[in-house]
Amino acid sequence: MTQELQGAIDCDLHPRLPTPKALSAHMDEFWRDTVEVRGIDVWDSMAYPANAPFTVRPDWRQARADANPASLAAATLDRFAFKHGILNCLFPVQTFRDENLGAAFARATNDWIRREWLDKDPRLRASLVLPIQSPARSVEEIERLAGDPRFVQVLALAMGETPLGKPRYWPIYAAAEKHGFALGIHAGSSYHQAVTGSGWPSYFIEDYAAQAAGFHTQLGSLICEGVFVKYPKLKVVLIESGVSWLPPYLWRLAKSWRGVRQEVPWLDRSPEEFARDHVRLTLQPFDAPPDAAHIGRIMDQLQSDTMLLFATDFPHWQFDDEAMLPAGLPPELKRKILIDNAFATYPRLGRSP
Amino acid sequence: MNLDAPFVAEPRHESAADPERQPKARLQIIDGDVHPALRTPADLKPYLSQRWWEHFQTWGGRRRSGMSYEPYPKSQPRASRRDAWPAEGGAPGSSLRLMREQYLDAYGIEYGILGPLGLTGQSEFNLDFAGALASAVNDWQRESFSVPEPRLKSAIVVPYDDGEAAAREIDKRADDPAFAQVFMLTRSQEPAGRKRYWPIYAAAERHGLPVGMHVFGASGHPYTGAGWPSYYIEESSGHSTSCQTVVTSLVMEGVFERFPKLKVVIIEGGFGWLPALTWRLDKLFERMRSEVPHLKRRPSEYIREHIWLTTQPMEEPKDPRQLLDVMEWIGWDRLLFASDYPHWDFDDPFRAFPAALSRERLQQILTGNGKAVYRLA
Repeated sequence: MTQELQGAIDCDLHPRLPTPKALSAHMDEFWRDTVEVRGIDVWDSMAYPANAPFTVRPDWRQARADANPASLAAATLDRFAFKHGILNCLFPVQTFRDENLGAAFARATNDWIRREWLDKDPRLRASLVLPIQSPARSVEEIERLAGDPRFVQVLALAMGETPLGKPRYWPIYAAAEKHGFALGIHAGSSYHQAVTGSGWPSYFIEDYAAQAAGFHTQLGSLICEGVFVKYPKLKVVLIESGVSWLPPYLWRLAKSWRGVRQEVPWLDRSPEEFARDHVRLTLQPFDAPPDAAHIGRIMDQLQSDTMLLFATDFPHWQFDDEAMLPAGLPPELKRKILIDNAFATYPRLGRSP
Repeated sequence: MNLDAPFVAEPRHESAADPERQPKARLQIIDGDVHPALRTPADLKPYLSQRWWEHFQTWGGRRRSGMSYEPYPKSQPRASRRDAWPAEGGAPGSSLRLMREQYLDAYGIEYGILGPLGLTGQSEFNLDFAGALASAVNDWQRESFSVPEPRLKSAIVVPYDDGEAAAREIDKRADDPAFAQVFMLTRSQEPAGRKRYWPIYAAAERHGLPVGMHVFGASGHPYTGAGWPSYYIEESSGHSTSCQTVVTSLVMEGVFERFPKLKVVIIEGGFGWLPALTWRLDKLFERMRSEVPHLKRRPSEYIREHIWLTTQPMEEPKDPRQLLDVMEWIGWDRLLFASDYPHWDFDDPFRAFPAALSRERLQQILTGNGKAVYRLA
C-alpha cells in the first residue's frame, strides 16, 4: 500500500482548529481589540465535536497528530511519501452573522495558515477560507491572496445561507476562474438555519449524515443556475461528501431536466455532462461496503475516471490503518485518482511558490 | 419516462372496460400513489363544521411555506398530465369517471392507494384548523372515491404536527376498510423521528397500518439545509433529500426499537438514494454509537425491515443494469409500484421498468409487495 501512494496528492487534510486568540495575532489592532474586549475566546460550531471519536482517529488523537505541521506530516506526508497535501481549515468563519467579523476572521485564518503551516512545510498547499456571508468580501480576500500559489482552491461549506449557484455568488466564481482556483465545497454548515429541510435533528450523527444532502442541493444549484455555462473553466470539488450518493442523484436530476428543461433554458446539455466536466469528489468518506464487487459497480455508475481525487480526510476517523483507498481499483485508475486528477483539477498546484 | 421497450403490450383503450377482453396474463397492479383532487374547496364543506368553514372562508390557510399553494410554480398547470383534465370541469384527479376510464380500467389496476395533497391541513400553522381539514379530507376521500370505487383505498390524512390529534384521527378511521394507510408528508416541522410524532407511530402500529411518507409539505424551514433553491427542477430533484431526513431520523431516534412492527412507505421520492444513505449510516453508527446507545442494531437492519419505497419517479441511468443493481441492494421485497397519476411525471406500469427486469421481480413490485404492506381486505 505505502509504495503505491508515493507521490500522491492528499486533497483533504485538516489542521487542528486555531483558537480565536491565536487568530487574533494575525489581525490588525482594531480586530485584535475586538476579540479581546468582547471576550471572543471560544468560537466553535457544533460540527465535529472536539472529543467525539469520529473527529480525530484514536491513534492520531493520542499522538496529537493534527497539532502542528511536523506531526501532521509524520502521520501523512512523510509516512506515505505524498507529494502534496491540501489543508482545509474548518475554523467556522461562516457562522458569524456580522460579515465584517466574518471577513476579519477569514483574513486571519488565511494568514495563520500561511505563517503557521505553509511556511513550515513546502509540500503543503491550502484552501482559501472565504467569508461567504459576503460575496464582495470573499472576492477581496481572493484578490488579496491570489499571488500566493500555495492557495489552490477557495472554500465554501455544503450548507450556507442560500444555495451556491445563485447569481449573488457569481463574482466569487469569476475571481476564482480568473486566478485558476477550484471551488471547494466541504461538509459543514454555517448553522444559520436547520441542517435539514425538516428542521434540526437530535444527534450529531444525523447532522453529519445530512451533509450529503447538502451536497445534493449545492450540485443541483450550481448546475441548474448555469454557473458552468457562465464559467466554463471552473472546477468544483465536493470534499468529504460520501461519493456514492452522486450517480443516483444525477440520474434524478437528468430525468427532471428532460421533463422541465424549459425552466432552465440556458442548460445546453444534460446535468450529467456538466457534472462530469466540472465536478470532482474527494475520496473519504466513500459510502460503500468494503468489498470490491460493490465498489466496482459504484465506479461503473460514476462513468468517469477523472472525477475522483485522493484524500485521507485526516484526522477524521474515516478508515483504520492504511485502508484509505477503496478495494479493487485498477492500477491506471489508481494513478489518476492519486495524482493526475488533482493536477488537472488544481492548475495552481503545478506552479512553484 | 421510460427506460426501454414495453414489457407487456400497451393496453387497448377501447377494450379496457370489458373484462372478457383483458389479456389473461396481465399482472394485477397495486398502485401506491394515486392523487385525488378537490373539484373546488367547497367539496370539503359538508365535512367541516360551520366554525371551520367560516374560518377558511375568512382567513384562508396559513401554510408554513408562507404561500397559499406551492412556493415553486409547477412546470405545467397543477403539475398534471395535459390529458388528465376532466371534460366535466375540475382539476385532474377530481373526476372518478376519468380516473377509471383513463387509468384504473385502462391499466387493470387492482388497487390504487390514494394520497391527497393540497388543502389537507398538513402544512397549516393553525393546528386545530389542520385537524379539522384533515378529518374533512378523510370523509371526502371515502365518500367521493373509496365508497363508489372500492379499488381506491383512502389514506388517513393526519395533522401530524399535532401528534395526539393525529393519533385520534387514526383511531377514528382504523376499523374502516376504506382506509389502507396513514398519510404524512416528508417535510414535517421537525425530523420525522422526533418524539412529538410518536403517538402517530404508536397508533399506526396498534392498528397494523403502514405510515406513508409522501414527498412535499412545508416545514417552516428552507426546503434544504443549504437554503431555498431557485427552481422547480431543483425542488423536484431534491425530494430525495427530505426522504433521507425521514429515514435517518426514524432510525436514529430509535422509532423502530420503540415500535417494532411499524411499517413506513416512502412515496414519490424515487429509491436510488437509499443504498448510499444506508451505507453512510452504518459506517457513522460504527464510529458514533455512543451517541445513540438506544439503537440495538445497525441502521441497515432497521431500514431493511421497516422501510418500503414506491418506485416513481424512477431513476433512469443510461445503463438499466445499474438500476437493477440498486433495486437488488434495496431488496426486491421493498419496492412498490406507484404511478403518481394524474401528475406529469406519471410512471406507466407497462413501460417504466427496465426490460431486463424478470417477470417474477416485476410481479413482486407491481403486486406482491403491495399486498404485503397495505391492508387491502
